[in-house]
Amino acid sequence: MERKTTLYDTHVKYGGKMVPFAGYLLPVQYGTGVIKEHMAVRTGCGMFDVSHMGEITCQGADAEANLNRILTNHYCNMSAGRARYSPMCNEHGGVVDDLIVHKLGENNYFIVVNAANKDKDFQWMQDHTEGRCVFSDISDSIGDIALQGPLARTVLAKITDEKDIPEKYYTFSDEVHAAGIRCMIARTGYTGEDGFEIYMPAEKAPEMWEVLMKAGELEGLIPCGLGARDTLRLEAAMPLYGHEMDDDTTPLEAGLGFAVKMDKKTDFIGKQAMLEKGEPQITRVGLEVTGRGILREDQDVFIGSEKIGRTTSGTHAPYLKKAIAMAMVNKDSAAEGTEVEVDVRGRRVAAKITALPFYKRNK
Amino acid sequence: MNIPEELLYSKSHEWVKFEDDETAFVGITDYAQEELGDLVFVNLPEEGDEFATGEVFADVESVKAVSDINSPVTGTVAEVNEAIMDAPESINSDPYEAWFVKFSGISEQENLMDAAAYEKFVEEEKAKEE
Repeated sequence: MERKTTLYDTHVKYGGKMVPFAGYLLPVQYGTGVIKEHMAVRTGCGMFDVSHMGEITCQGADAEANLNRILTNHYCNMSAGRARYSPMCNEHGGVVDDLIVHKLGENNYFIVVNAANKDKDFQWMQDHTEGRCVFSDISDSIGDIALQGPLARTVLAKITDEKDIPEKYYTFSDEVHAAGIRCMIARTGYTGEDGFEIYMPAEKAPEMWEVLMKAGELEGLIPCGLGARDTLRLEAAMPLYGHEMDDDTTPLEAGLGFAVKMDKKTDFIGKQAMLEKGEPQITRVGLEVTGRGILREDQDVFIGSEKIGRTTSGTHAPYLKKAIAMAMVNKDSAAEGTEVEVDVRGRRVAAKITALPFYKRNK
Repeated sequence: MNIPEELLYSKSHEWVKFEDDETAFVGITDYAQEELGDLVFVNLPEEGDEFATGEVFADVESVKAVSDINSPVTGTVAEVNEAIMDAPESINSDPYEAWFVKFSGISEQENLMDAAAYEKFVEEEKAKEE
């Protein structure tokens, strides 16, 4: 039985087409359709219910030390009000999940994890806690709305104090108010655009949603569903757990080396395995279809008769107006411009290897 | 929901427009395009290909997923509508103009529904969804 976020009735009211996702009933799209929703975020602004995401706090005198040991990124020299992405690895170097850590204060963190992995993550963190540190799963009490797009800031400025808007990417303002609702506003997102994720008490999310809808009328703000969330992140080449990484793929193979600090002072889970594996033999690349067809996940990639890898995600990219995919391929075959073929249900579709990301916003 | 009177309909949401007993245009219904969402790609058969009722003769891709289109008749592909390959979105905007293929030599057909029966069928499908 799927659960509903506090915004369920709001989605139905706005014409959301509800589907099961990660244990929740969420809108895959609204009446406008995925393409218009995608374009709204690229050119104006759009809004997503991401309340299904998991939120876990990490507190105690040894909180920072625990994060440094459990996560691959480093959490020293980090000021309060900053957010930092990290994979969380198992002993084999595979990825348990990827997540964002927000530093509220000394040894006081707010972690956002993937909905589908929430229980697994929480268990993993608890099983690997050492010393004085407590992880708490507060997911059910938190509502989360993502306001994304080049005009997101303009809309947000109408309902909150200018000083409470976080200035830089991956920073946040805690214990502020928007629309009279106490919340945390982070300048983060999963779309490749400027934007914000607003965390608040779950029961306040419907009220925040309506205020935002009204505030964004002039900017063309529309509600967006899971469909657009996926095409947006894919165009921006942002990895998705279960696709570009999983329990058996290391973050280095998945192209997330920037968030793996092999030389940080503390030893961390998965480091030894990654050292033993050495230089990754596979790598994440972009594919752009040059023939006719749409690529999807789990399709074999060939050069002639030689299989060089598999696609991990694929779609028609609405903004770029072409079919794109990400794939994990042998490192030796990964040169940009390489012509490949992808087996799409028995039919070979021509594609070429391209640089990632497919889309990068103008700053 | 647009369900033109003059067409016949299959349970897998294709419409059929007979020109004569052996020749018909086939496309997908308004309900089908609505359910599929924004279409971005169509894969059509070639002229001369033969299909039996219920066989997959084409597939369409929305932003999100691929879906097979079943043949409501047994016959030979006489013509394909190449215009929809260049503009798949026309299936969303005008599903009854955007025919997929023209079948000729039709020897058999599914138990096709008239507009009233199809409307009732769609209502039942919707009820199941909720």
